[in-house]
Amino acid sequence: MNGTEIESLARLALFAGLSRPQLEAITHAYDEEMFPEGQRILRKGLTGAGLYVILDGVATIVLNDSEIARLGRGEFFGEVSSLLGDAPTADVVASTALRCLVIPEPKVEEFLLANPPVALNMLRAEALRLSETLQWKG
Amino acid sequence: MEGIADRPFPPGEYPVVVVGSGPGGLQTSYSLSRLGVEHAVLSQDDRPGGMFRRWPIFERLLSWSETEAVAARGTAEYELHDQNSLLADEPGARACVAEVMLGGDRTYIVPTRAEMEAGMAAYAERAGVAVRYGCSWESTRREDDGSLVLTTSDGEYRCRAAVFALGVTEPWKSAIPGVEDVPHYADVDRAKERYAKLDVIVIGKRNSAFELADGLEPWARRIVLISPRPVDTSVVSLSTVRVRYMQPLEHHQIGGGTLALDAAIERIERYGDGFRVHASGTTRPGELVVEADVVIAATGFRAPLRDLADLGVATVGQGRIPALTPFWESATAPGIYFAGNATQGAAGLRRHGVGSSSAAVHGFRYNARLLARHLAQSLGHDILTARIEGGRAEHLLSVLTTAPDIWTQKAYLAHVLAEDGSAETVPLAYFVDSVGPDAVAATIEMNASGQVYPVLYRRRGGGVTEHVLPPHPLRDYRASEEHRREVASII
Repeated sequence: MNGTEIESLARLALFAGLSRPQLEAITHAYDEEMFPEGQRILRKGLTGAGLYVILDGVATIVLNDSEIARLGRGEFFGEVSSLLGDAPTADVVASTALRCLVIPEPKVEEFLLANPPVALNMLRAEALRLSETLQWKG
Repeated sequence: MEGIADRPFPPGEYPVVVVGSGPGGLQTSYSLSRLGVEHAVLSQDDRPGGMFRRWPIFERLLSWSETEAVAARGTAEYELHDQNSLLADEPGARACVAEVMLGGDRTYIVPTRAEMEAGMAAYAERAGVAVRYGCSWESTRREDDGSLVLTTSDGEYRCRAAVFALGVTEPWKSAIPGVEDVPHYADVDRAKERYAKLDVIVIGKRNSAFELADGLEPWARRIVLISPRPVDTSVVSLSTVRVRYMQPLEHHQIGGGTLALDAAIERIERYGDGFRVHASGTTRPGELVVEADVVIAATGFRAPLRDLADLGVATVGQGRIPALTPFWESATAPGIYFAGNATQGAAGLRRHGVGSSSAAVHGFRYNARLLARHLAQSLGHDILTARIEGGRAEHLLSVLTTAPDIWTQKAYLAHVLAEDGSAETVPLAYFVDSVGPDAVAATIEMNASGQVYPVLYRRRGGGVTEHVLPPHPLRDYRASEEHRREVASII
């Protein structure tokens, strides 16, 4: 197994708590994909994408031509549409060359069940996002 | 011995240079020629065939060429029945592999390596693909004007676009301590009797690992396959191992001399005349120690990229595969294209987890044909787009039933029909992200349960919407009133 890819996963908060063999199993089971700058990754209205974990680069969430948020290394997107089986409600576009680990939609549930620490880390990140949204609204 | 000047494509300047004489290179060159695009084809080999001159080692290919089929040999519909033959407009150059197999023992619908190689040679000859054999690409540089210069054993080739069709053929080993002491799949001893009564460990649980196991089971005392990821066979067509190679897996599950372990290998050490492999379980945690006389690393291959990283070609899959745009150009280095197996570097939309068929001849032959068209357009050639006669709904229903390109490259290639009746196949990822006139794109898709069904994408006013159609048990959408109604209402 390529040590550097495992190291790069190990440094991400999302994968905190996983053993080295577990990280190695993830790098074997899921593909890494690279998108050129400007490439759409999630497309509003098109189902069947997946969960994307950013390994390198910056992605932008775009709704009706306006930028909603920027996501960087270690952050993830596509989890909501993957878990609900719905089409994404916004586009996600690579704003730099972007490298992601891709967990395809039908494997997301299995991936989280097989790696409980990732599910917990993801829940924490979602809780943080929710709390920020609520503060912003309040 | 021929002189340098007697062989085709002497060093010099060409609009396009294709490197490789395997199926990807042959198909690209043929398709470029049909479009009138001047190009050179270079190969370090002395004859066509590419990887099929060496691999697979013990077994036949995984892809079929039916010698008898419901579609007549040599028609476009027959391509679905003959996954190994390359594409040609002239009937005489089609179905080359199936024709070789007609003269074989007809024990299986999948060819032997020798039949595949003979089929490639027959295609090169009948389709008139000229190659400068014995010309080895050595290094690459980019000039200030953006052109590329390929230095070869015969001299320099300057071009605006280079197409590398070299397969995914360079042995690649995972970074396991001690792996340097064991052979890679590509280097194993091909004399099966040498494995008689031996304990064999195969590192890996994908096709090449199972191919070795299947070939060695009649000889070896015990075979243990080890890799971190379990083999997933929940949907046969999405499985990491093709059905033909599942015998050793069945052996493991029912009980016998073969084991398939889910474990990450920590180190390989020499032990007596053999080896000791230390591993850590993944699906079931725990330390494992397995001893064997022979250890073979069936850990895969990478694209032979030589110095292309210096020109900015980025890779995925731990440096094994170039990262590509939907038209198979390096995502990071313009003018550098790939054909053949490396086109898997353009992953497409992977809708519902289903990837492309670009890692095999039956998928990448269609990519090569589209790549040639894309290159011709980029170089300023005036390329005609076909126009349909008759009704648009009838056309789409017929395409969904018989078109071999969209049936093979599910959710990856799409047949696009514009309102003016012009029709062409393009990568689906290109269609959904490009702006253009109002049009409908037709694909065949599959979900994670293995269900196969058509999808239409309607582009109108810049936006794209998806319309999933129900599957049909006989897969004949032409005769289905339900599909006719739905297609008509969508377009």
